[in-house]
Amino acid sequence: MIELYLFLIFMLIAAIIATEIKDLLAAVISLGAVGFSVAIMFIFVQAPDLAIVQIVVEVLTVVVFVAVILRTTHIDETIGKKLSGAQILSIFLYAVFAMLFLIVVLRALQEMPAFGDATMKVAAEYIKIGLPQAGGANLVADVILDFRALDTLGEATVLFTSVIGVVALMRKSGRKR
Amino acid sequence: MKGMSLIVKSITNIAVGFIFIYGIYIVLHGHLTPGGGFAGGVIIAGAFILKFLAFGSAIKAERQSSTITSTFESIGGLLFIGIALMGLVITGTFFLNFLPKGIQLHLLSAGIIPFCNIAIGIKVCAGLFAIFLALAAVKYSMED
Repeated sequence: MIELYLFLIFMLIAAIIATEIKDLLAAVISLGAVGFSVAIMFIFVQAPDLAIVQIVVEVLTVVVFVAVILRTTHIDETIGKKLSGAQILSIFLYAVFAMLFLIVVLRALQEMPAFGDATMKVAAEYIKIGLPQAGGANLVADVILDFRALDTLGEATVLFTSVIGVVALMRKSGRKR
Repeated sequence: MKGMSLIVKSITNIAVGFIFIYGIYIVLHGHLTPGGGFAGGVIIAGAFILKFLAFGSAIKAERQSSTITSTFESIGGLLFIGIALMGLVITGTFFLNFLPKGIQLHLLSAGIIPFCNIAIGIKVCAGLFAIFLALAAVKYSMED
């Protein structure tokens, strides 16, 4: 369990660096460090499916970010400038919201069953009927493509919507000069 | 977009085939080993992006392949919904695993799960490559 906390502290430091540093390329790299730490944590809690997805998506994200940043500007010029009144107000409101959210989450987390607890009845049922009823040896595939395939359809719709959004925003034809 | 040096191009030519095959393996064995349609699709998209970054391409080709990848993305999504609707038509339940399950732990088993994996793989690969192309072509659309 201790290694998870070490990675958590590392992730926090990397995330703070990513928001505070002036060079955008360095910010992207520290964001990549956060993502790869998540992948290593998935391996520690024995979730190879998620680890594979996290690693490949993180590699792709960092490559796309670097490819885009190399073509535009490196330096974030908004850091270090004087903040206007509206910006200070919005930061203050955000901090208040974060505190409220933290209190609610702390209350909610106390009600959660312990990690790996025997009260996870749904998971136990899937482990029992996964291979005989769905037929796949990989239980994760059984769950996401047989028992809960409708969720996967929603996920695919999310990806479809994001692709439509990016292609529509970055299109060339039909844009006013 | 300009390509990179000869060293990068040669290494890319060797590596890209292996990455492609590995992505296809992850997709096809999604119901047996860790991985699946999403992970495999992202790996295949990574192979395309590696080739694209190493060799570069003309602006016109970028725009054209952006349309082609969008088309493939739609095809993948339609395949996935088509499998779901086939369950509805044949057995009366949306997304029912209507195919025979086959022998456990074999490549051709688990009914519709491998086909769903292939559909999601096509969709994710084409979708992510379309996003990359749209973002990579942004400088040209600003310049002219």
